[in-house]
Amino acid sequence: MSGTGFFRAVPALKREGGSVSIRIDGRACTVRAGLSVAAALLEQGAVRFRQTPVGGAPRAPLCMMGVCFECLLEIDGIANSQSCLIEVRDGMRIGTQDGAARLAGMTEGAAP
Amino acid sequence: MTDRPDVLIVGAGPAGMQAALRCRALGLSVVLLDEQGGPGGQIFRHIEHADRRARNVFGDDYAAGHALARDFLGSGTTYLRHAIVWEVAPGPLVYALVGGHSRVFEPRRVILATGAMERPAPAPGWTLPGVIGAGAAQILMKSSGMVPEGPFVLAGSGPLLYLLAQQLLRVGARPAALVDTTSPGNRMRAVGPLAGALGSWRVLLKGLGMLGDIRRAGIPVYAGATHLAFEGDGRVTGVAFRHRGRPHALPANVVLTHQGVVPDTQLTRALRVPHAWSDSQLCWLPATSALGELSSTQGIFLAGDAAGIAGAQAARLLGEVCAWAVGEQLGVVDPRRRARETDPLIRRLARWKALRKFLDTLYRPADGQRIPADDVLVCRCEEISAGAIRGFVREGCLGPNQAKAFGRCGMGPCQGRQCGLAMAEIIADERGVEVGQVDVLRARFPVKPVMLRDLIV
Repeated sequence: MSGTGFFRAVPALKREGGSVSIRIDGRACTVRAGLSVAAALLEQGAVRFRQTPVGGAPRAPLCMMGVCFECLLEIDGIANSQSCLIEVRDGMRIGTQDGAARLAGMTEGAAP
Repeated sequence: MTDRPDVLIVGAGPAGMQAALRCRALGLSVVLLDEQGGPGGQIFRHIEHADRRARNVFGDDYAAGHALARDFLGSGTTYLRHAIVWEVAPGPLVYALVGGHSRVFEPRRVILATGAMERPAPAPGWTLPGVIGAGAAQILMKSSGMVPEGPFVLAGSGPLLYLLAQQLLRVGARPAALVDTTSPGNRMRAVGPLAGALGSWRVLLKGLGMLGDIRRAGIPVYAGATHLAFEGDGRVTGVAFRHRGRPHALPANVVLTHQGVVPDTQLTRALRVPHAWSDSQLCWLPATSALGELSSTQGIFLAGDAAGIAGAQAARLLGEVCAWAVGEQLGVVDPRRRARETDPLIRRLARWKALRKFLDTLYRPADGQRIPADDVLVCRCEEISAGAIRGFVREGCLGPNQAKAFGRCGMGPCQGRQCGLAMAEIIADERGVEVGQVDVLRARFPVKPVMLRDLIV
């Protein structure tokens, strides 16, 4: 998540309303309170939210309103959470989902 | 009893809020479920917290939502935020996740006001990170105070694209270009419907104002562009297109796309309501009575853009009509009074529909932006191309529901929300029949991802 992201806060509209601490793939960061998880990741410069289970292609949000399912993340242990519909909370743990999900305890290549 | 209200409304946009206000005024108990953290839907997104700066940037139409949201919040409606509706069943029964907990509601009547979504318009590279809807960018502006980073291009067609350009300019975010895919021929076709739309001259003037702002800002406009394609490896780095017969390529860190909006029909399709293809709006419209009741499922009503795109003002009118009809069915309004109230509302609706007919004609998305070439991915989730879908047709596939069996098209996490319309048009085109002759993609409950434990309620 380094380099130029897709969106930035603009002073003409940005509101100061405190901040919360979250972890993104284990990395601690401070984000503005009140943002959706998807918006917070975009402000952090995220360019890849997940890789598709089928072809491993990188994806990022398309709709920001709950209909494209491109912003799916693991949030506090729940996979396939729609990150554009969930607000950041202090202590939230967020994980990107790369490729097909594996059931707990399953090893690479094991038959489902 | 929260879980057995007189009326349950899904969606806190203009239609849902207006319906709630009227139902409350009629003395009915109302529960309203909405996915967002605050009232307003997409059009009045974040209106609860909009300060003077925000109202100046987003304009009077947005600011008007403030009074509606304030009245709604004070109406005595049991308003549940962050509520994810995953099933609506005859009865009616409504299943939802509210604050992470499963809830079942048994209302006497339901009003669905699920609104609109941007038309998914498959084009080469549209799955690349950084290609994002103009509506999505506006949501980020309204709710998070964010604008695109680095050079960005607006690409597509429709009033929202020009409105967004105007709003971005007001906060100093200048688009590198506007690549306008509106077919030049649309203008001639729109002359007829323009006469009917003149009654809404204020809206038309506002539209001219947007175009004027874009021109005065000196933003390069490529009008009548075709063959739109998004380029990049791992993320978008540019947009390519043809303009006046010549190929063009512009670098971009972000591309904001738009091809109009369509009703969000996920719940009505899952309810097996009959849907008819609208050739003017190029989408499926659920069958309802004049008062908004679903023709196939008694006691469930449909208000706002979910019933057909007509805009926020019309959505409020239709929400009001549904509320009166619900009042009549529940015996708190006699039929004569109901008719006296709804007849003028339905007449006012006709004016907005006349304006919409003009806008639908002028900004009809070009065929090439809806029915893509073989190599373009249509189903983003299962990564099925237009060529693969055409292959299914050659093997005997007659419609979108069979295409699921042929190749999993529409069976990923978005459950066909993104590919359903394009799939219907591609299959109809390949079969050489009208779109109305192929079936509508059925949705299945649950329409949202839920844990197995949430299903056991």
